[in-house]
Amino acid sequence: MKKDEALAHYRAMLLIRRFEERCAQLYVQGKIGGFLHLYIGQEAVAVGAMGLLRPDDYFVTSYRDHGYALARGTDPRPLMAELCGKIGGISRGKGGSMHFYDVPSGNFGGDGIVAGHLPIAAGMGYSIRIRETDQVVVCFFGDGAVNEGAFHEALNVSALWGLPVVFVIENNRYGMGTSISRASSVKDLYQRGSAYGIPRQDVDGMDLLAVREALGEAIERARKDKQPTLLEAETYRYRGHSMSDPGKYRTKDEIEEMMSHDPVRLFAKHLRKKHRVAATHLEAMDKDVLAQVEDAVKYAEQSPWPAPETLYEDVYVRSPFINARAADRDPAWRAARSEDRVPQEFPVPDDAKVGS
Amino acid sequence: MAVITMRDALNQAMREEMRRDPSVFLIGEEVGQYQGPYKVTQGLIQEFGEWRVRDTPIAEEAIAGVAVGAAFVGMRPIAEMMTFNFSLLALDQIVNHAAKYRYMSGGQVRCPMVLRGPSGAAAQVAAQHSQAFESWFTHVPGLVVAMPSTPSDAKGLLKASIRDDNPVIFMENEVLYNLKGEVRDEEYTIPLGLGDVKREGKDVTIVAWSRSVQRALEAADLLAAEGVEAEIVDPRTLRPLDEDVIFDSVRKTNRCVVVEEGWRYAGFGAEVADRVQRGCFDDLDAPILRITAADVPMPYSKKLEKAYLPQPKQIIDAVNQVLYR
Repeated sequence: MKKDEALAHYRAMLLIRRFEERCAQLYVQGKIGGFLHLYIGQEAVAVGAMGLLRPDDYFVTSYRDHGYALARGTDPRPLMAELCGKIGGISRGKGGSMHFYDVPSGNFGGDGIVAGHLPIAAGMGYSIRIRETDQVVVCFFGDGAVNEGAFHEALNVSALWGLPVVFVIENNRYGMGTSISRASSVKDLYQRGSAYGIPRQDVDGMDLLAVREALGEAIERARKDKQPTLLEAETYRYRGHSMSDPGKYRTKDEIEEMMSHDPVRLFAKHLRKKHRVAATHLEAMDKDVLAQVEDAVKYAEQSPWPAPETLYEDVYVRSPFINARAADRDPAWRAARSEDRVPQEFPVPDDAKVGS
Repeated sequence: MAVITMRDALNQAMREEMRRDPSVFLIGEEVGQYQGPYKVTQGLIQEFGEWRVRDTPIAEEAIAGVAVGAAFVGMRPIAEMMTFNFSLLALDQIVNHAAKYRYMSGGQVRCPMVLRGPSGAAAQVAAQHSQAFESWFTHVPGLVVAMPSTPSDAKGLLKASIRDDNPVIFMENEVLYNLKGEVRDEEYTIPLGLGDVKREGKDVTIVAWSRSVQRALEAADLLAAEGVEAEIVDPRTLRPLDEDVIFDSVRKTNRCVVVEEGWRYAGFGAEVADRVQRGCFDDLDAPILRITAADVPMPYSKKLEKAYLPQPKQIIDAVNQVLYR
């Protein structure tokens, strides 16, 4: 990785960290509601992955989804507005924390059902095979998802049909409050891939360079050989499962031990050593990122609330194959549009892009 | 006009749409090499190959999920459930994904897919293989639910469902697969949400869909012998519902009986009755009556199965009741 690219990766990790720290504050202030699942501690996985994807690739994620959108270069402003339930939000205030979508950048969303998006990733891969393009799909999920039936069904058909999907388990050791040792009969989760005869690997998810290397191979295998991979990134979430979870099922020693391998600090060390980046440069970048986050908060606070009539919008697609006279008695049909919405476009600074 | 079976009408609809649009593909259990568990997909794999007619393992969540994911990125999948009984294993993909992604994404995503297969009672296959699911799926905003009762409707509605940009739950009926009827030779579609009068009459409105239309027609013939002319209204699509065709009929006859094969408790017929009593309150001369299956799981024995299902005799009794005869 060249210096500029490395710096962009660092900045993306920092942006996720600072963005989410601010989210936690806004949640406590009551400005963000519902569930808020923070990604802090796992930044190297999303950032490492997004640096490898082409603009036309697809990805789907679990509900702990802020990091992927930010790493992909989606502007933090509509993301923060989404968290605050405003009309300027990326999903018009209808999704919230768990449902960040940015379709023009290939982001098909945070899915709120554990493992629910794995068969969907397989379906996107299937469409790639029918259309005979060389796109890939990356599907991110937590360790809890491997015990769902959907995991098995999705991996089986992906292997059976040769679908270009990389399945990434982000093993943060706990499915909500239940540790993997209490949930999975096999402790090395990547070994589950052996049941489907597919390439499988585990990687240190706190180390961005290691994630990049392993994912890079898996993505190439999907692109060129049309073969899925099961990758396990061993990582850790510093916070509880969601904001309402104090995380008392974990020991202080365990948390401190994992925080000593912090992905952001680890990569900062690499930047200083390998690329001779001055500490002052990183400090200045941090300030810049904090300002970007504040700008997002300002945008979110200034964005209006959704008007009540938007309640019925975005349920259906208006189509000539529906009898409009009958359907339009239902306000959801009356509000249906024939086009898809495209999120408001904001200029993204070049140094905030990790992808090609 | 050709006289063909419902099975062939459905087959023609899929074949024509797959020829017309390369983004249409079919996925399900035994749809390819086996030629379809009920032979509805006969001959399609020979014409379109294995990528567009995909045989799957017995994995309903994968079938539905693959269809949903492919639909999100521009394909038009037709996912076949061997029967809708097994769609319960795919319910999360249908209810939480197909129906909700457009809303959750603020309108960024669409899911132009069809989930089709037989629903309703078959013949002596007992509780887990014989149930009507329209009330389950019509409850969900974001879905379209179609239930044809004739070969002509089946073809036109399936073609419209494949071309439509919303997720369509398309419920066929195993007992109706051999039903014959006239089907136009030229290309046509039937709009979703457009009902049809299956028999004209002035004395009472019977609202029925899918196989219940056959029962209503049988009852109407017997009633005609007694001088009672029943009008049979088939909404064909349950969500969105064509209120106009129902209300127009009730305003003429002033009486309404709703027949369905599902359970009475929270059944779709209750939705029809609710709308009719609000839309036609001043026109009604009698309470709206509902004929449904018995509120128990489907039994195996032939005798009990008959007692479970709505019969023409019950429809006649209900008609006599609303006519105060």
